[in-house]
Amino acid sequence: MMAALIALHSEQLMNLHRLAPEVVLCFFGILIMAVDPFIRASGKRVLGWMALIGALTALASVHILVHYPGTAYSNLIRVDSFSVFVHVIILVAAVLAILGSLDYLDREGIQRGEYYALVLFAVAGMGILAGANELVTAFIGLEMSSISSYVLVGFRRRALASNEASMKYFLLGSFATAFFLYGIAMVYGVTGTTRIDAVQSALEQIVAGQGRLPALAILGLALIFVGLGFKVVVAPFQVYAPDVYEGAPTPVTALLASAPKAATFALMLRIFYIAFGSAGNLWFWAIWVSAVLTMFIGNLAALVQTNVKRMLAYSSIAHAGYILVAFAAFSEAGAAAVLFYLAAYVLMKVGAFLVVAHAGQQGEKRLAIQDYAGLGSKQPLLAACFSLFLLSLLGLPATGGFLGKFFAFQAALEGRDRWLVLLVVIAAINSVIGAYYYLRVIVVMYFQAGSKDYTPSPVAPAVAVALFIAAAGTLYLGILPAPILNFAKAAAASLSLR
Amino acid sequence: MGTQSHLLTVITFLPLLSVAALLLLRSDDHVWIRRIALAASLAEFVVSLLLLPGFSAATAKYQFQEYHGWIGDAIHYHLGVDGISLFLVLLTTFLTPLAILCSWESIRENVKGFFIALLVIETAMIGVFVSLDLFLFFVFWELTLIPMYFMIGMWGHERRIYAAVKFILYTMFGSILMLVAILWLYGRAGTFDLPEIQGMLQSGQIAFSPRTEMLMFLAFFLAFAIKVPLFPLHTWLPDAHTEAPTAGSVILAGVMLKLGTYGILRFCLPLFPASAHRAAPTIAVLAIIGIVYGALVATVQHDLKRLVAYTSVSHLGFVVLGIFAFNTISIQGAIYQMLNHGVSTGALFLGVGMLYDRRHTHEIKEYGGLATPMPVLMSFFLFIALSSLALPPLNGFVGEFLILIGTFQNHHAWASWATSGAVLSAIYLLWAYQRVALGEVTVEKNKTLADASTRERVILATMALAIIFMGVASPLFTRRMEVSTNAMLEQMKDQMGAAQEASRPAALPCLSPAQRAAVIQTQAPGQPALATVPERQVAP
Repeated sequence: MMAALIALHSEQLMNLHRLAPEVVLCFFGILIMAVDPFIRASGKRVLGWMALIGALTALASVHILVHYPGTAYSNLIRVDSFSVFVHVIILVAAVLAILGSLDYLDREGIQRGEYYALVLFAVAGMGILAGANELVTAFIGLEMSSISSYVLVGFRRRALASNEASMKYFLLGSFATAFFLYGIAMVYGVTGTTRIDAVQSALEQIVAGQGRLPALAILGLALIFVGLGFKVVVAPFQVYAPDVYEGAPTPVTALLASAPKAATFALMLRIFYIAFGSAGNLWFWAIWVSAVLTMFIGNLAALVQTNVKRMLAYSSIAHAGYILVAFAAFSEAGAAAVLFYLAAYVLMKVGAFLVVAHAGQQGEKRLAIQDYAGLGSKQPLLAACFSLFLLSLLGLPATGGFLGKFFAFQAALEGRDRWLVLLVVIAAINSVIGAYYYLRVIVVMYFQAGSKDYTPSPVAPAVAVALFIAAAGTLYLGILPAPILNFAKAAAASLSLR
Repeated sequence: MGTQSHLLTVITFLPLLSVAALLLLRSDDHVWIRRIALAASLAEFVVSLLLLPGFSAATAKYQFQEYHGWIGDAIHYHLGVDGISLFLVLLTTFLTPLAILCSWESIRENVKGFFIALLVIETAMIGVFVSLDLFLFFVFWELTLIPMYFMIGMWGHERRIYAAVKFILYTMFGSILMLVAILWLYGRAGTFDLPEIQGMLQSGQIAFSPRTEMLMFLAFFLAFAIKVPLFPLHTWLPDAHTEAPTAGSVILAGVMLKLGTYGILRFCLPLFPASAHRAAPTIAVLAIIGIVYGALVATVQHDLKRLVAYTSVSHLGFVVLGIFAFNTISIQGAIYQMLNHGVSTGALFLGVGMLYDRRHTHEIKEYGGLATPMPVLMSFFLFIALSSLALPPLNGFVGEFLILIGTFQNHHAWASWATSGAVLSAIYLLWAYQRVALGEVTVEKNKTLADASTRERVILATMALAIIFMGVASPLFTRRMEVSTNAMLEQMKDQMGAAQEASRPAALPCLSPAQRAAVIQTQAPGQPALATVPERQVAP
C-alpha cells in the first residue's frame, strides 16, 4: 500500500504537482459550472467569491511549483523559476480582475456563473502557456485562453460594441492561432520535434552543419511570430486591439490587456530565446522593426483618443513596444527586464482599467476623457489611484513603470549595439509622447471642474481592495524593486540561454 | 565610507515626513494646515543650518556622506554635499518657508494639497542637490516635476493648463535623453555611483571616443539647458512663471532653475570635460544671446510678472557663461549668482505676488504711483530691484562681478558682451519700478490700497536682510566653495590629460592588453584621439 502510494507519488502525483495552479483553476471552474444551476439569479455573486477563492488558491499553489522544479508529462511542461514568476503575474492579474468584476457584473446586470468559470479557464490556459516546454502544448494553452476570452469579450450581450468586439476578436484570433499552428508544423518539418529544447539543439546542429537556417524554419518562425504577435498586440498585428478592448466589459479588458500578454511574452521568450536562439540575428530585425512600429502606432494613436478606454488600449500597444525593446536585447538581462516590466505593467494596467470600469458607471456611458472632469475633488482617492497608474504608465520615477522602462533600456544598452541604442532612443522619445496623453487625463481630473449635477457612485469595497493592491504594488515595485528584480533575474537565469 | 551621518537623509526627507502629518489633518482645517506646513519648513531650515558647523571648507571631498545598497549591486542610496551643493540646499530650505508664508492668504482652494505639493517639491529638490548616485539623482530630478505641474495647473492663473503641460513636456523631453545617457554611462562603468565613475574616468579606466563623449555630454546638457533655461530652449519659462501661483514662481525661479546649472556643474563638466571645452564657445554665445535677449524682451513687457520671468533668462545666462569660462573665479561667481538669483528673483516674485493679491492683475499700466499709497512695500520693491540689477554692495553685484572678472581673464569678448546685459538690467528694472511706483496714482482703485501687512513685512524684511548679508559677507560663502571649485577644475584638466594619455596606447604600459584594446576600440578610426583644447581656454 505504502509502496504503491509512493510510486504514485513519484509518477502521477509529481506530474500533477507541476500543474498545480492549472488543476486548481480548472477544478474551481468546473465547480462553479456545476453549482451555478442551483443558485438563484439574485445570488450569483457567490460564484464570484468562489472564483476569487479559486484564483487565490491557485496563487497559493504556485508554492508547490517552487518545491517541484523539473519537467512533467514527459517534458511537455517545464517548471522553473521562469514559469513560477509568470504564474504569479498571471494569477495576481486574475485576482484583481475578479475583484473588479463582482460589482461590475451586478451593475451591468450580467452577473452569471459562466463568466467566472471562463475567467478561470482562460487563466488556466495562460498558466499552461507560461509553463509549456512543447509547442503543441503551448497551442492548447493558447486556445484555452483564447476561446474563453472570445466569449468573455462578448459578455455584455446587449451592448452592440461588445458583440462586435467578440466577433472581431474571434475571427482574427482564429486566424492568428492558425498561423501559430502552421508555424509549429513547419518547425516540426525541419526539426522533427516540437519540444522547445529539442528544437534548439536540432536547429543548432543544422546551423553548425549548413551554416544557416533552412528557409522552412525561418518561415515557421515568422508564422509563429504572427500568431504570438497578435496575442501580445504588437504592430503590425495590433489593428483589432483597440476595438476589442473598447467593446469588452472593462474588467475583461483589464484581464485581457495584462495576463495573456504576460503569458504569451513568456512563451515568446522560450521560443525566440531558446528554440530559435541560433537565429538571434535573424529575428532581431523582426523584433526591432515591430518594436519601433508598435511604439509609434500605440503612442501616436493614443494622442488623439477622446475615450479613456480606447486611449488605454492604445497605451497597452505602446507598452508592448517597450517590452520588445527589452526583448530585442537577447540576453539574460533582457529576459529579466521583460519579466520585471510585465510585473509592473500588469499591476498598473489592471489598476487603470478597473478605475475606468468604475468611473464608466452603468452601461459604461462615461468613458470620454471629459467625463473625468472634477474627479479629483469628487473622489480624491480614486483619482489619486488613477493618477498613480497613469504616472506609472508614463514612467515616472518611484513607480514600477519607471523601473520597468529603466531595466528594459539598461538591458538593451548593455549590448552596445548601435541599433539597440537607436531603439532605446526611439523608445525614450516615445515615452515623452506618451506623457502628453497620460497627463491630459490628470489635467482633466484635477484642473477642470466637473458638472455639479453628477455624483459618481461610491467605490465598492472589492474594487477598493483591488485598487489598493495594484497601487501598493506599483509603488513597491518602484521604490523597493530589489526582491522582485532578483526573482526576475533568477527566473531569466532558469531559462538557461546558451 | 567612514562614519556615516544621517543629517542629509533627515534634511531630505523631513518635508516628506511633514506631508504625512498634513495628510492626517482634515482638509478644511486651513489654520492648522498652514501652521504645520510653516513650522515644518522652519524646522527644516534650522536643521539644514546644522550643515554649516560640520562642513569643512578645507576639503573638496563630499561631506556628510551616506551610502547604502539599494537596488542590485549598481544602484546605491548615496548622499553627500560639497562646496557646490551646500548652499543650494540652504537656499532651498530658506526659500520654502517664505513660499509658504506668501501663500498664507492667497491660496484658498485645496489648501492641503497646495502645501503638500510645496513640501514634496522641497524634498525632491534637496534630493537632487545631495544625490551622488546617478539613478537616485534621476529619481529626484523627475520627482520635482509632478508637484510643480500640479502647482501650476491647479493654483495658477488663466492659462495655467497650457503652461503646466508645456513646462512638463519640455522638461521631460530633456530628461529622458539624459536617462539614456546615464544608462550608457552605466554600461561602461558598471555603476551609477558618481564618485566612482569620476574616479574611473580620471584614472583612464574608462574612456570614450570624442564622438561618444560629445553625444553623452549633449544628452546631459540638453536636460540641464532646458531647465536653466538656455536661450533657444527658454520658451516654457515665461509661461510657467507667469501662470504659476506666487509660491510656485518663487520656487521655480528661486531653486528649480538652479537644478539645471547645478547639473551642468556636477555632471557635464566633471564627466565630459573635453566635450565641455569643445562646446564652450557655442554655449557661451548662446548664454550671451540669452543675457541680451532676455534683457531686451524684459524691457518691453507690459506684464510685470512676465518681465520678472524674462530677467531669469538674462541672469541665468550669466551663470552659464561663468561656468563655461572654466575659471575658478567665474565658476565661484556662477554658484554665487545662482544663490543671488534665488534670493533676488524670489523676492521680486514675492513682491509681484503681493501686488497681485491686492489688484489681481499683472498689467503694469494698471499700476502707477503706488509709492504714495504703499510706501513700505514699494521701498522694499526698489531695494530688491537694486539687488537684482547688481548694485554694489548688494548681493547681485558680487556674483555678476565675479563672473565678469573671471570670464574676462580668459575671454575678453565674452565678458564685454555680457556686460551689456548688466547695463540693460538697470534699464528694465528701474523703468518697471518707475512705471509701477512713481508719479501720480492713475487708477482710482490704487489710491486705497493697503500697505504691506505684518506678514508681508516679515517676508520682505527677511529677503532684504539676506540680500544685504550676501552682499557684504560674501567671503563666508565663497570660502566654502573655493576648494570644491578648484578641485573640479583640476580634475577636469587631469581627466583630459588622462584621456589623452589613454588615447596613446603605447604610453600606457600599465594597461592590460584587453584594456588597451578597449581603449583603442573606443576611438573612431581616422580621428584624432581627443580634440586638443586650445591653450587659451584652459583655466589658469
